Amino acid sequence: MQSRISTNLERLRASRLWNSIFRSGSGTSTLHRSMAIQQNVFLHILPTKVRRRMLNFDATWYLGTLTLGTFLVLVITGILLMFYYHPSVPQAYFDMKDLRYVVSSGLFLRNLHRWSAHAMVLLAFAHLFRVFYRGAYRPPREFNWVVGIILLLVTLLLSYTGYLLPWDQLAFWAITVGSNISSAVPFVGQKIHFLLLGGNLVNANALLRFYVLHCVILPLAAVMLIAVHFWRIRKDGGLYVQQSEPVAQCAEETAGPATTEETAEEVMAKP
Amino acid sequence: MSDYVAGVSSDAKKSPKRVVFVTRRTSAHVRSQDEEQVQTYPEALFRAALAVQVLVIALVLMSLFFNAPLEGIANPTVTPNPAKAPWYFLGLQEMLHYFPPVVAGVMIPGLLVVALVVIPYFNINIRPDGVFLKDRRRNLTIFYIIAGGLSLFLWFFDVYVALAPTLAVAGFLLIAAYSAPQSTSRFRRYLVSRPVSWWIMTWFLLELTVLTVVGTFFRGPGWSWVLPWRS
Repeated sequence: MQSRISTNLERLRASRLWNSIFRSGSGTSTLHRSMAIQQNVFLHILPTKVRRRMLNFDATWYLGTLTLGTFLVLVITGILLMFYYHPSVPQAYFDMKDLRYVVSSGLFLRNLHRWSAHAMVLLAFAHLFRVFYRGAYRPPREFNWVVGIILLLVTLLLSYTGYLLPWDQLAFWAITVGSNISSAVPFVGQKIHFLLLGGNLVNANALLRFYVLHCVILPLAAVMLIAVHFWRIRKDGGLYVQQSEPVAQCAEETAGPATTEETAEEVMAKP
Repeated sequence: MSDYVAGVSSDAKKSPKRVVFVTRRTSAHVRSQDEEQVQTYPEALFRAALAVQVLVIALVLMSLFFNAPLEGIANPTVTPNPAKAPWYFLGLQEMLHYFPPVVAGVMIPGLLVVALVVIPYFNINIRPDGVFLKDRRRNLTIFYIIAGGLSLFLWFFDVYVALAPTLAVAGFLLIAAYSAPQSTSRFRRYLVSRPVSWWIMTWFLLELTVLTVVGTFFRGPGWSWVLPWRS
């Protein structure tokens, strides 16, 4: 059984159709595996090789990967939820009730979207602190840190705009409290508040604006910034290796492998 | 067979050697240059896929057992007490309780974002030296002024929720200031070696956690102090 599957898989990979799509061809050599990354428009933002040490769980805790994972779950569940949702008052709230009582697995879909959103905010914060404590923000990775901060803000805005969409009491008052803060901005506060809500109060216009931001503008911004964020890892010399441990002050630890190895880029990066 | 076969079949494992230009200001101490590398496909990609699968299983289980909250339909005439922002903004809402909106809602978050963005562009955040190991007297003076000033400020405005983490971090900084790098205590050696950026970020992380937890669980009607286990 096993061998029949793999034989058929091999035949498929050797077929003309497969080779017209995946130009790296079949094979397990290093060249083929490098080409599997290089020749793929989505994967080529990744490096073809990574340092083995960086695959250990304690190196990164996989927090960046997991944040991306929650984002993918949110995109998929979000698109499915859009099939059942009208951004209008009061239909938006009735759609929530329908998701709960009428739509097959509607409740599960909404639960998954909601919990993944919370998980994404939490993981993005965890990723930020993990990167900081490893010292991975240091040159030449400064700009990728900045991209990361912008991505954190986009994540918060995505979560915040999504918060209004159920149009229940929780949503309405959370957005009222939050948006009132924007009117505290000196001179232009009231204008910003009006621009954000499409009115002076959270109303149907605000719901539509938040819907468009949540489903179109912010996800597009997130996708583009995530692409830059990943691509910059490759361009900045792969994931940061050296621990932020100050070598000079850790006399007993200098013998350990983690602090003695430095790549050429890190030496070059030193002032 | 297909017409599009790659001409070379290479299984080379070597990475190209890197070349370093050693200028007069660079100290040349590359101790090890050979770092074992593996192919992104399949090694890294399969691990990433596995990590995401574990995450999705956890999220699916959570979604099966816990329902997303849904209250009554939005009603502008009925204000819940307290009206709370989403949990990740409750730290700010807690600050809003003490300071005017222009401070807690505009200045603090604005400065926070700027502070986070500029971290890698200042050498003070790049240097790995323990905070009191160089320029000890000057740094101690700066520490007393900032920690004392900040604590007095928070105390003056009755912001005890933010004062507690500040005092805790200041206490550990004092331990660091009066410990030797050769101390027999592992913990003290650890504190001594922490650079200034580590202390600031740890203070921020502690404040963020404490304020968010207090805002989420310990605030009731009129933003009064409540205990979550007594409801």
